[in-house]
Amino acid sequence: MVTADFLSERRMTIPNNLVTAILFAIPAYFAGVWLGNLFGLNDDQNTGVIIGYFFATGAFLIGLGFLNYPLARLMGWPVAPVATTEPNVGVGRFFRLSLDHKVIGMQYLITILVMLLFGGIGAMAIRTSLLSPNSSITPPGQYIMLIGLHSVMMIFITSAVIVGPFGNYLVPLMIGARRMAFPRLEALSFWVVPPAAVILAAAVFWGGFPTGWTGYPPLSEQAGQGMDSYIVGFTLIAIALVTSGINMLATIITLRAPGMTWTRLPIFVWGIFTTSILGMLAAPFLAVALFQLALDRTVLTSFFLASNGGSNYLWQNLFWFFGHPEVYIFILPAFGIIMELVPHFARKPLWGYRTGVVGLFGVALLSWFVWQHHLFVSGIAPVLRPFYMLSTELISIPTGIIFLVTLGTLWRARVWFTVPMLFCMGFLFNFLIGGISGVYLSDVPTDVTLHGSYFSMAHFHYTIMGGEIFALMAACYYWLPKMVGKMLSPTIGRIHFWWMFLAFNSTFFPLFIIGILDMPRRVSAYDPALQALNTWVTVSSYFLFGSMILFAANVVYSLFFVSRLAIANPWHARSLEWQVPTPVPEHNFERVPLIVAGPYDYGLPNARPVADFGGLVGATSGG
Amino acid sequence: MTLMTAMATPVFIGVVMMIIYSAIYFRRTGPELVDGPPMLGNTPVQVAWIGISAIMVLFLAVVGIATLASSNVAQAVGAPGRSIGQSGGQTGSGTAGGSGSELQVQVIAQQWYFTYRYQDYGGVETTHLYLPVNRPVELHVTSLDIIHSFWAYQLGVKADANPGVDNIFHVTPQKTGSFQVRCAELCGIWHGEMADSQGRVVSQSDFDTWIAQQQKDYAAIQKAVPSYAPHYFPLPLTKGS
Repeated sequence: MVTADFLSERRMTIPNNLVTAILFAIPAYFAGVWLGNLFGLNDDQNTGVIIGYFFATGAFLIGLGFLNYPLARLMGWPVAPVATTEPNVGVGRFFRLSLDHKVIGMQYLITILVMLLFGGIGAMAIRTSLLSPNSSITPPGQYIMLIGLHSVMMIFITSAVIVGPFGNYLVPLMIGARRMAFPRLEALSFWVVPPAAVILAAAVFWGGFPTGWTGYPPLSEQAGQGMDSYIVGFTLIAIALVTSGINMLATIITLRAPGMTWTRLPIFVWGIFTTSILGMLAAPFLAVALFQLALDRTVLTSFFLASNGGSNYLWQNLFWFFGHPEVYIFILPAFGIIMELVPHFARKPLWGYRTGVVGLFGVALLSWFVWQHHLFVSGIAPVLRPFYMLSTELISIPTGIIFLVTLGTLWRARVWFTVPMLFCMGFLFNFLIGGISGVYLSDVPTDVTLHGSYFSMAHFHYTIMGGEIFALMAACYYWLPKMVGKMLSPTIGRIHFWWMFLAFNSTFFPLFIIGILDMPRRVSAYDPALQALNTWVTVSSYFLFGSMILFAANVVYSLFFVSRLAIANPWHARSLEWQVPTPVPEHNFERVPLIVAGPYDYGLPNARPVADFGGLVGATSGG
Repeated sequence: MTLMTAMATPVFIGVVMMIIYSAIYFRRTGPELVDGPPMLGNTPVQVAWIGISAIMVLFLAVVGIATLASSNVAQAVGAPGRSIGQSGGQTGSGTAGGSGSELQVQVIAQQWYFTYRYQDYGGVETTHLYLPVNRPVELHVTSLDIIHSFWAYQLGVKADANPGVDNIFHVTPQKTGSFQVRCAELCGIWHGEMADSQGRVVSQSDFDTWIAQQQKDYAAIQKAVPSYAPHYFPLPLTKGS
């Protein structure tokens, strides 16, 4: 007993934070490299680098204190209750392992925005290179490295950019829960993301990887050690998707407050729910494919090498079987945000709530049946192409439902044109173009020309940047007053919206034309006849980057140079997350609220407040 | 593509008009927050919306499948004003379709260029692609190392070149002229330079002259070239290029 007490005393005196985590990770990396090189079958260091990255990640998590609790339980040491494991105040809490979903949400938001900056700088470098029709600005090797880093960084970001910050922060608040179902799993789903980003960036030291985000073997087997960054980084993101998916589903299913029936669930939570199903089920396919690729590269199996009996189609199938649900992992939470925000600013109930939920599930379901439309020209199973063409085109039906619900909600409304509402309108416009251009690509005969050209590149930037990132901006302007206690300046916000909207369309619309004029993706050299259009796009993209800088400036200005605090419910919204005080108390609700009405009951003659807070309603008016 | 644009344009204009209309006419006018009418939904409108979008989608799918079946791909593909080929689509690996009258051409991709073998002319391997006009061609696309994609825009052909796979694509050049060949699948650092603007569709007599010249020029090399096969595995892949 004496020993146990002594150890637990000492355990309490080791501060677990980001510094200890990094101090653990660095030697672990070198130990892993040494070990891998000792036992590696090749002299190419791939084994060492992969094991080094995994060791570093594991040590990083241990250094953060992920093992303290399980170890204490294992050894029978006294364990503090969940909520009081560490002090939950001060800036320091953002640099520690925290089990508070609000802290994790903010950690996620900051991390993702920093990653977005790096991904954006990569995009600027790519566009700068394309000012010249030959490879004179960046040599092809560097260009291809930029393509890889920009694409994979952006995929990491967009996989989590809404579910991570806003899902973690808001889902418990919206369903009346005091925490997530599995707080440690939630922390894990965040803390693997920074190592993933760092490991990906480390590819620079190995000369990057030449494959873009698709990582097609045999090119990825031929590539140097930069490819190992892709494998390990993406595996960590797969872990984040699975853990956060399980956690979100468990939370939404089991921790809803009494009275929060499925039909009273905010539509944003439905968006997270469907996303989580996809993330939980799709990411394992990616992990399997990456594991096979790692085996091919280290212990010389040949899953993907046709010359030794494998097939590169195996990768293409596994990758896109993950990859197509993945793109709906990007967009479903964005749908949720748009359908969530529009009723609050239209001051009307969500029009066709149940149809909207069916639409979300329809998209989620159909997303499993379309992956081979990425392989229309690959030569695989041509007789199946009509099926995949049909299933792909069918997705436009549930997607159309999202537009129907939004437009129906706007119909005869009294729209309050705030900055978030502007971004919702921008989303509708951009996603309409993105969606329609997707139908062109779904058609096999048309796809033969457009496949792998700038047309498809413009298509997915319209859906991801014009769709998901516009929804992200709407969410930032809408929810940051609750999350950080300050309103973002609406004046700068309006300038930001129009600037970003015009620059975005000016950047990406010409890319459709460039694609139809036969410019393939991912090339550093192109037909000089297209230089004028490409220069236009590059200049527009600088303006687009400038609009993001303006957003960052708005955040900094509003956080640090405006002293006025946001009131608890600046949008006069009905939904539950706005009924709690700002800043949100540590346990969200003093008592679990009793939900008595839906979140969108605007204008109903005898609508009740959304929840009964057990006699504590008065506390919500405090700032 | 024209059909799709014809269908997409009204949808696009209609939805954009509704967004703009809502933004103008359903804007709040007074300073106070007013609730709108509590409309919860409208079943006939929803059914109509879903029904119409379903009909449009199914119509597009039927037309697409019919186009695929009717080997009329190049016209659907468009390539406005620049198309010189009528491609019959891809029949995939291993299914050698078509009659004996089709010209057999093998497209061999490797980092970072394409070469072509004319099976009917002693398997001669050339560095540019010449095709006789108005004669159906069966392209056999394969790769020696990694995945490439053979893209001849003006012919309406795009077919991935996979190692160990014989990917077949049918095309009938209809006009003489030149076409561009490029790689459409990321294949390493010189992917952007993997292009050849010297593809030609020529008359049958010009083609005969050209191919005879090629056979003569490459006669010495031809002895070292492996005999014609659907695909090749020349070298074990080496890492760390």
